[in-house]
Amino acid sequence: MIALITMTLLTLLAAITVAIIVQRSMFGVVILAGVYSFLMATVMLLLDAPDVAMTEASVGAGVSTVLLLSALHLCKPREMAPVGSVAIPLMVSLIIGAALIYGTPGLSKFGAENAAIHQHVAPYYLENSLRDMGVKNVVTTVLASYRAFDTLGEVTVVFAAGIGVMMLLRGAPRDPTPREDETDSDGGSGDETDADLAEREDDAAAGTTATTAAADTSTSSTGTTPPQSSGSP
Amino acid sequence: MTFDLILRITTKLLMPFMLVFALYVHFHGDYGPGGGFQAGVIAAGMVILYAIVFGKRTALRAVPTGVANAMVPLGVFIYLVAGLPGLFGGRGFLDYSVYHENHAKAQEWGIIAIEIGVLVSVAGTMISMFYAFIARGR
Repeated sequence: MIALITMTLLTLLAAITVAIIVQRSMFGVVILAGVYSFLMATVMLLLDAPDVAMTEASVGAGVSTVLLLSALHLCKPREMAPVGSVAIPLMVSLIIGAALIYGTPGLSKFGAENAAIHQHVAPYYLENSLRDMGVKNVVTTVLASYRAFDTLGEVTVVFAAGIGVMMLLRGAPRDPTPREDETDSDGGSGDETDADLAEREDDAAAGTTATTAAADTSTSSTGTTPPQSSGSP
Repeated sequence: MTFDLILRITTKLLMPFMLVFALYVHFHGDYGPGGGFQAGVIAAGMVILYAIVFGKRTALRAVPTGVANAMVPLGVFIYLVAGLPGLFGGRGFLDYSVYHENHAKAQEWGIIAIEIGVLVSVAGTMISMFYAFIARGR
């Protein structure tokens, strides 16, 4: 039964990979990548790794999909046609694909207990973590207690990556024209207060004047400040 | 914005459960699957869902950009500070045995302390990245 479920999941993974390659609409690619992550989470659950499954489902399928959709919002929704010749990328892909297929039979069986990765330090952790730490979840003891230094590094990586993305997205100045449009479209109230202030100053200086005249003087007096359109509504 | 009534009500109903689930995943991390990282992502997912359904301005009123940005380094800071008692207690950096006389309790407390740092940093990073994307939107 488990074998049947595993075969179905892996076949679906392969099918989705092909669909992602064929798909030209970026929106479709993002959604398919989310589906891929959910299937991968289920595969992790079959491998008795619920921690990884939870991470894959929440990060891979949840937040990554949202962030990719947000990125899609900033660019064109269609994949561009290839710019140059496809010969070299095709050759690289074929060579790497052939190497991966060549190496696949050398892997241990799916979910095998005696795989190389379970032979190194894993037995020590499994045997001793409850005695050493008194905490039942081995994954947590390894991550947060045995390897707390590594996790500190991991948090620092998350920190650095977040700072990097933020600087990339909002650190660099955009070209000025859309920025002015933006302030014009949603910052009406700010402009009004400016005009009001100018009007009040004019009132104090030269008594009551017509509002149009006040608006005119406000634009002329604040001619040095950038928003030229602020005075005339 | 009246046609998405079901979406809004469902989101409102789901949000407290999402936050409780995030805290459950965090504080239950030493028994069941999960920990600070997953909890942070789930908590960030709650804020992102709120922003998607109720709009950018509403979400920014609940969780301002400054708060989300400050959470990113704050988490690393919490992690570092949680490691210091061991260092000054003469045991070594990130040694939890100074937290409690009982060894298992000390481990549990230390793990939860540093995982709070992970939670804050991860949640802050996810929310800040999302805000940075939508701030550039048209």
